[in-house]
Amino acid sequence: MKKYDAIVIGAGHNGIANAAFLQKAGLDVLLVEKNDWIGGASVSRNLHEDWIYSNCSYVCSLLRPEVYRALDLAKYGLQVVPYGGSVTFSSDGDYLGRYTDPDASRREYQRHSPRDADALHRYERDVMRQCRFIRQFLLRTAPDPTSFKPRDLLELLHIGRELWALGEDTIYDTMRFYTMSIADYLDEYFENPLIKAAKAGSGIIGSAMGVMSPGTAYVLLHHAMGDVDGTAGAWGFARGGMGAIAKAMNACFEDHGGTTITGSGVEQITTRGGRVTGVALANGDEYHARTVVSNMTLPRTFLECMDPNDLRPEFLDKCRNFKIRGSSGKLNIALDGLPEFTALRGNPELIQADMHLVDSIEKLERAYDDWKDGRWSREPYLDMLIPSLTDPTMAPPGKHFMSVFVQYVPPKIEGRDWTDADRDAFGDNVLNRIEAYAPGFRDRVMHVEVRTPRELENEVGLTEGNIFQGELTMDQLLFNRPIPGYAQYRGPVKGLYLCGSSNHPGGGVMAAPGANAAREILRDLRRPNTVPEGWTDD
Amino acid sequence: MKTFDISDRDHYRTKVFPSPFHSRQAALNENKVWSRWYDYQSVPAYTCETHDYFAGRNACGVFDLTPMTKHRIGGPDALPYLERLMTRRMEKIRPGRVGYGVWCDDHGQVIDDGTVFHLREGDYRLCSQEHQLDWLLMNAEGFDVEVFEETHDVAALAVQGPTSFAILRDMGLPGIEKLTPFGLAHFDFEGTELTISRTGYTGDLGYELWIDPDHAERLWDRLFAAGEQRGIKPLGSKALDMLRIEAGFILAGVDFMPAMHTVRPGHTRSPFELGLDWLVDFTKPLFNGRRALLREKAEGSRYAFARLDIEDNKPAHNAYVFDKKGNTIGWVTSAMWSPSAKKNIALATVETPHDQPGEDLQVEIYYQRELQWNRKMAKAKVVEGPFWAPERRRATPPGEW
Amino acid sequence: MTDRQRRIIVIGAGHNGLVCAATLARAGHQVTVFEARHRSGGAATTREFAPGFRVSAGAHLLHALDPAIAKEMNLAKHGLAYAATGLGTVALAPDGQWLRYRGGKLEGPGALDADREAMKIFDRQMDRFAALLRNLRSEVPPRLGTRDRGALLALGRLGWAIRRLGRDDMREFLRIAGINVYDVLNERFDNPLLKGALSLDGTLGAHLGPRSNNSVFNLLNRYTREGYAIPAGGLGAVSAAMADAARAAGADVRTHCPVRRIVVDFDRAAGVRLETGEELAADVVISNADPKTTFIELLGQRHLEAGFAHRVRNIRSNGGVAKLHLALDGLPAFNGLDEAMTGQRLVIAPDPDYVERAFNHAKYGEFSKHPALEITIPSLHDNRLAAPGQHVLCANVQWAPYHLKGGWNGARRHLVEACLVMLEQYAPGIREQVLHHELRSPWDLEQEFGMSGGHWHHAELALDQSMMLRPVPGAAQYATPVNGLYLCGAGSHPGGGIMGNAGRNAAWVVDRDLAAGTTGTPEPTEDEA
Repeated sequence: MKKYDAIVIGAGHNGIANAAFLQKAGLDVLLVEKNDWIGGASVSRNLHEDWIYSNCSYVCSLLRPEVYRALDLAKYGLQVVPYGGSVTFSSDGDYLGRYTDPDASRREYQRHSPRDADALHRYERDVMRQCRFIRQFLLRTAPDPTSFKPRDLLELLHIGRELWALGEDTIYDTMRFYTMSIADYLDEYFENPLIKAAKAGSGIIGSAMGVMSPGTAYVLLHHAMGDVDGTAGAWGFARGGMGAIAKAMNACFEDHGGTTITGSGVEQITTRGGRVTGVALANGDEYHARTVVSNMTLPRTFLECMDPNDLRPEFLDKCRNFKIRGSSGKLNIALDGLPEFTALRGNPELIQADMHLVDSIEKLERAYDDWKDGRWSREPYLDMLIPSLTDPTMAPPGKHFMSVFVQYVPPKIEGRDWTDADRDAFGDNVLNRIEAYAPGFRDRVMHVEVRTPRELENEVGLTEGNIFQGELTMDQLLFNRPIPGYAQYRGPVKGLYLCGSSNHPGGGVMAAPGANAAREILRDLRRPNTVPEGWTDD
Repeated sequence: MKTFDISDRDHYRTKVFPSPFHSRQAALNENKVWSRWYDYQSVPAYTCETHDYFAGRNACGVFDLTPMTKHRIGGPDALPYLERLMTRRMEKIRPGRVGYGVWCDDHGQVIDDGTVFHLREGDYRLCSQEHQLDWLLMNAEGFDVEVFEETHDVAALAVQGPTSFAILRDMGLPGIEKLTPFGLAHFDFEGTELTISRTGYTGDLGYELWIDPDHAERLWDRLFAAGEQRGIKPLGSKALDMLRIEAGFILAGVDFMPAMHTVRPGHTRSPFELGLDWLVDFTKPLFNGRRALLREKAEGSRYAFARLDIEDNKPAHNAYVFDKKGNTIGWVTSAMWSPSAKKNIALATVETPHDQPGEDLQVEIYYQRELQWNRKMAKAKVVEGPFWAPERRRATPPGEW
Repeated sequence: MTDRQRRIIVIGAGHNGLVCAATLARAGHQVTVFEARHRSGGAATTREFAPGFRVSAGAHLLHALDPAIAKEMNLAKHGLAYAATGLGTVALAPDGQWLRYRGGKLEGPGALDADREAMKIFDRQMDRFAALLRNLRSEVPPRLGTRDRGALLALGRLGWAIRRLGRDDMREFLRIAGINVYDVLNERFDNPLLKGALSLDGTLGAHLGPRSNNSVFNLLNRYTREGYAIPAGGLGAVSAAMADAARAAGADVRTHCPVRRIVVDFDRAAGVRLETGEELAADVVISNADPKTTFIELLGQRHLEAGFAHRVRNIRSNGGVAKLHLALDGLPAFNGLDEAMTGQRLVIAPDPDYVERAFNHAKYGEFSKHPALEITIPSLHDNRLAAPGQHVLCANVQWAPYHLKGGWNGARRHLVEACLVMLEQYAPGIREQVLHHELRSPWDLEQEFGMSGGHWHHAELALDQSMMLRPVPGAAQYATPVNGLYLCGAGSHPGGGIMGNAGRNAAWVVDRDLAAGTTGTPEPTEDEA
């Protein structure tokens, strides 16, 4: 069997980015993927006639522009097209829109609350301060605060300096931002319930917390700190679906001589004498390398693909305790025509926008209570988009692809595994919820793919169906991510590295963990660094 | 007339609304080019900016002020409320008077500047560039005041220039001659109230007219009829910008960053740093930012506002400012060739103490000639006071021209 | 009057006010304490709620009183004695099982062997982590982002203290300090009964469910290895001793003297105006009232800058705990408990999900249909509280939100009923023993003790309202934006819980500022470019 310099497990976007950076540095890299297709959760699937579904992740903003450029993704065919606006429907038949036109947006907020329309400036200023602060650490390895190594001490000092430079009040705001609930945070800015509800959704997407749980204000950043072409907080569609990102990255990887094999997953990461030797695939093939990089989740890597005898029991305990709770599901829908939301009265702009079904902070929180009890939310938070209105490649002319992200959805139903019947009932409830706001909607549904945490885990390998490869809570952020002492992408076995979203800075189609891990690997191998530093934002 | 309804859900179908004066502006807008000022269409230049400009300096220029953000403040506690809000002493602004002022956050950083019109006892209008309702209502807690925005309920025109007084008098506004600078009075205009203040953003003789939007077009017509023989012309926003730079007036978002919009540490400015020391009254026991400004006064400011007289004739747009030794000490925020002062002028932010009148500085000017860029280090001198301040602006009663 | 002596007014004779007054009086200042109620003590008070039955009407257990303060004030000499000390927590299960824990020791029929070991490890860590926080209680929180060397030193000390935990404990501390008790307990224990009781410890007095982040912080704040104590004569005895000590030190403690306003002269606090209209001048005014009452009611927002006032309004201070007092015609018979166990701190929180579900109601302005209870029967230890053979039962009832949908009028009896139904399950026959009952909702506690929202800590004790954020930035070092006005109550660092540190820290700051002649807080520093 051929021996590689490095094997990367899992062709999700982080795995491919990692492989590409290693390959660019001159390593001979093998990328293995269990599915017949690449992309992980950054994927475009053709599951119904001529439709393309972004059937996991569905919008792009966090993808680090430094990575985009360093891997020359434009050359390899990636195009990200921004879309504008959002709308939140209220149950009384009205809505709150956000338009691409700033004045129209202000008037829309004024329509609900003149005061909140102005408070929006204060809110966006304060959130942007947090974005600016966190963004500079996305493409950096978190320091180990327990270490006395100069590198860690210097990095700690660097963080301290940057924090100090914010000025006294912004430091306090930062401390509060990281420890407050999104509901309490919004109370300090807004008075209108619908405006608060519209803003609160970003604090819980992908998280197993409620809007009233302290710590959810921070989660908001994972929906605000990205940008499209320098427009902070903007979101876009990858033309051809989210798979286009993985596809472009893989094209870069292969163009530099890398090898990708699909269709057989890793059964075991093999070791000898305390260091990795390669991987054994489910189909019996074995590949050898002195460096193995796992893009799988933390529990999947260590609890499923390694011999427990190679790991310390305390380490395994920590992997078991890693919080990676599924909280969301998704419906991918092929539509015969556009849904007609009663409230929109044909508004041609907002139908193209990010549409939300959520009414109030209380309803959002009650949706979470359902999750805690092991049920899918009866009145879930829905984040709906019709990418085919922007991207003509997604559906045949006149037909549409609609992506419906649903929260909350538990990883298990009242403690037992999901069944197909559960899944169908769940999907049915979501379709009915939409139907209530857009009569005739169900008649236009030609095909629907319902994805619960079960499907996300089985197909994409996201443990428990958690879209971020691990909760974004204080115990799993920065130097605590994924677990304290292992936050610098190095596993507990020599030659083993982690590059998935289980690692700093976490989930979202960001490619930062993959890039950061590559930098650490190249450092250990004393190879030239191919990974870009973060761009300054001064 | 009032041109849009804020409660209309379908407002998005129109992105930018016509001002109450739109029909009249459109007729005179020779360029057919429109710009946006918040919710409204605005005219950048009716003919060309220089032409518009000279209407304002030489005869009478009329500018549509309607889009300017207007808030109304009333109630028993209006005065104490404003005293806490504004850095200057507000009780001095009696009914029938107008005062320019700034307001700060707790750190003494300027949120915005604007004019306060004491319309009637305890009834105030605050005009500013930025929307302020959030801050104004935040300030209202603990006071018995009513605060609301009235931008769309009041149509406004700035009538500026040496013949402005004569035109208004000829329009038939008895007593207008008695209006002193920063005074205001109410007049009957065809059965509705027309409020006129002797204020403006041009540093010259001039008035601002405030009226119900339903009477806007009628007001325009009567005004232009009265001014026909006295050179009345509309002027656009580009000309207004020239006029205000000559007068040495600052503009939010251009000469300073409003604190509510500023993300980066250190990018806001205190009143001292904007040259507005005279607006800060420490004899008041409390106003927002007082403690911070007391400390700044004791410890010194980091930046200062400077008016620069620059050699030669090339406008120093966006130029860096250097001291004599070549150290970077600031940057230009507004610059132009002044057609009235016949000088190359600029407003700048400089590090203290480089704002002392007479200080010799340099600016780095980039200018383009036939597509080719050139660079020039030009000598600049800090000057005191506005670049253009004709005596006629103060005379009461004002002169005919 | 010596040079150093200054006139100081303290508003409110709660325990922190008394500690503050005593400390300043000992430093030689002329201190007058004005208390609105007819007796001093604030929420540390004992009163007769039914003929012949007396209870600690606010707090009912001591666990955090700073021994250094007790010593400085010589509280023992001034009459503080304990009816019981070292009380453990007995967690009750509906099926009659129970277990008791104190520190790392776990016992009782409901305790599992595996948990016994885990409890020792848990206790060792929690005690170390809690000690970190305890040591911070007697520090004035540093201001961040400034060039102040003191702040950097204080942070350095904190950093060093955390590092001294050693690598493993340090990692564990940094991992769990900001998260929730539910997850941490599930990592360590199997027994739902034990986890339930510890869940309640993590959420007691807070607007948090066990699954809410911040609950580990709350647990650490409450963590006690030594167990709980009940003073002889109830909690009122603590404040009585403190009042005595304050008077002995020279402070004038005047009850029945409600302060209506803090008088402002130009830009500084110059004294107070009483309800009677009498005005009293002072060099320094220290408020033991909660921050919202102090700034909004007593001072008035027009004396504050708008940004600061906005922060004050946003302090989360709505209490969620009701207090139940029962006068009993005999000792209730809790399933499986003998008298010694019945005299411990009893907890009804049979599993973490039970506690979480109880909290769910509070989020929506409802009281818990099945509340979690922390119960004491102090009359078992102190025969002055009830006639022989009779008993009083005190219980903290979670959750009972201050803002109850529909209001508290008419709701109290429904909550009492819910509690009695539950108590009957754990102590069959108790209903028959009830002679009188009294339920004090947070709204009632606000009325009785004057703390806005009826919150024990005057302001929710959460990470975003702790240390230099408590009660709000700009007033977190006891000095306020108004010259001459200071805070000394539970709303300030380190919070309530009858520890007295807020009062003592405030006294130090006031004394220091008086000596330096700078009785005002410098404004927040401007952003550094």
